Amino acid sequence: MSVDLATVRRIAHLARISVSADEAPHLQNELNAILGFVEELNSVDVEGVEPMTSVLPMRMKKRADEITDGDIVEKVLANAPAREDGFFVVPKVIE
Amino acid sequence: MTDLTRLTLAQARDGLKAKSFTSVELTQAHIDAVARAKQLNCYIVETPEKALAQAKASDAKLAKAEGGALEGLPLGIKDLYCTEGVQTTAGSHILEGFVPQYESTVTTNLWRDGAVMLGKLNLDEFAMGSSNETSYFGPVVSPWRRKGADGKISDAKIVPGGSSGGSSAAVAAHLCLGATATDTGGSIRQPAAFTGTVGIKPTYGRCSRWGIVAFASSLDQAGPIARTVRDAAILLRSMAGHDAKDTTSFDAPVPDYEKSVGASVKGKVIGIPKEYRLDGMSAEIAALWDQGVAWLRAAGAEIREISLPHTRHALPAYYIVAPAEASSNLARYDGIRYGLRKTGKDIADLYEKTRAEGFGKEVRRRIMIGTYVLSAGYYDAYYLRAQKIRTLIKRDFDLAYAAGVDAILTPATPSPAFAQGEKGSSDPVEMYLNDVFTVTVNMAGLPGLVVPAGMSSDGLPLGLQLIGRPFEEETLFSLGEAIEQAAPKIVLPESWWG
Repeated sequence: MSVDLATVRRIAHLARISVSADEAPHLQNELNAILGFVEELNSVDVEGVEPMTSVLPMRMKKRADEITDGDIVEKVLANAPAREDGFFVVPKVIE
Repeated sequence: MTDLTRLTLAQARDGLKAKSFTSVELTQAHIDAVARAKQLNCYIVETPEKALAQAKASDAKLAKAEGGALEGLPLGIKDLYCTEGVQTTAGSHILEGFVPQYESTVTTNLWRDGAVMLGKLNLDEFAMGSSNETSYFGPVVSPWRRKGADGKISDAKIVPGGSSGGSSAAVAAHLCLGATATDTGGSIRQPAAFTGTVGIKPTYGRCSRWGIVAFASSLDQAGPIARTVRDAAILLRSMAGHDAKDTTSFDAPVPDYEKSVGASVKGKVIGIPKEYRLDGMSAEIAALWDQGVAWLRAAGAEIREISLPHTRHALPAYYIVAPAEASSNLARYDGIRYGLRKTGKDIADLYEKTRAEGFGKEVRRRIMIGTYVLSAGYYDAYYLRAQKIRTLIKRDFDLAYAAGVDAILTPATPSPAFAQGEKGSSDPVEMYLNDVFTVTVNMAGLPGLVVPAGMSSDGLPLGLQLIGRPFEEETLFSLGEAIEQAAPKIVLPESWWG
């Protein structure tokens, strides 16, 4: 399977990464090289095989649904690129 | 006084206990070595004040004959581990200036046991790479140099492997006693092989992933790089252990791995997988492998040829699973809560500009591949199929172990280290092939140890890999030490880096 330029642009948009018109053809070639590399997997018979989920059979631990953390606004906002009154600041989202 | 940076971690530990020197002296010797070795670019951030404060506290404990298993021992920390109050970048522009407000579980365990932090070690961006050339903070240079056909040492800059290239180069160049690293497809073992150091990727779940910047969560594992098998065993014991904050963390006691170093390997059954003898394998890699077989046989192990028929699918399947999980994990870097932000005309434009500028080329490429294979209509054909192939790969190992094999011996890498710019510039797959022997181990979740075993014709170190049963790292330490004892000593060239 190989991707065309329109698909490259669509993937870039889904991934929220802007791609310039110059970059797109290079990226297309590289993605196709990788997709070509993984193509052989189509020849493997996986009929009736379960997808792998863990190394050893292991039950996921559960804990009581209770608050164990909180009241750390300063820590949460410490690395914010923009903040105001205890909130993250973002561009206007709703017109 | 002898140069304290020449000691192994175990020797330094014993020296501190015997009061032959203090942790402050030991730490200062390393701080000075790091300061002289800037051209290797191993450290992104150096933390000498923090190191000396920790060393002083350790000396107070040591004076009272107290302290933990790593009391007063200076280490380097891969810059993928979040360290409270110390910038953590994952080698990426998008995290430049990010100062975690919390400490990763593995580093918390190290400080609990008394270790001293020298600084944060360089790596491939988000641990994606095999040469440390994708770091936003510049490539790491290996202390090793290549010998030309005329026998002269070339000054071409050799890569230290990746992604844990800062860790491997710093350990090899004596810029720390040991280092933390992480391994998603070979990122501990390939750099160890390239620099003549020892690296172990433990079983998936042995070390907590909490507070380590995520790449591919079903594959990522923490582990140490050190100069001897014993040192790696000492470090892993402190790093490992159950953590309620990582639901995939394994709840079982951590053995005293050091006790298995030096244990007899008599009667151990070593599998030699015929599928690893790749077409076009270089003669010196094949010879090194044969030599490893001979050493283990001489140590009393039983050698058995085995078959792992799905081996060749591991690398392609990895290049679906790892990018898919990465595209999901890296969605969090959106310029809103931390890290880089580029302003845009609206929120979507902000995301797209921030991510385009914040991520490097290789990371963008892998996010794109991952996004594609997870996009509507392709999930079953790619990701689900790859996860089924993982089951087949793991089943190959399960069958070998069920038939009595204790561990498997393979080469670590298909070639010795190369020079900067030599690989992967036109075709990304060329670089990916570095992980051909290591990636199966991540796909199956098994432990893998790399130990130096010889030298290439151009004067660079080569390593062998031992693959173990789940949670039987002890067997790997015993076998690794047997190879370490038998192999010629790997001697680093005289310091040219300061």
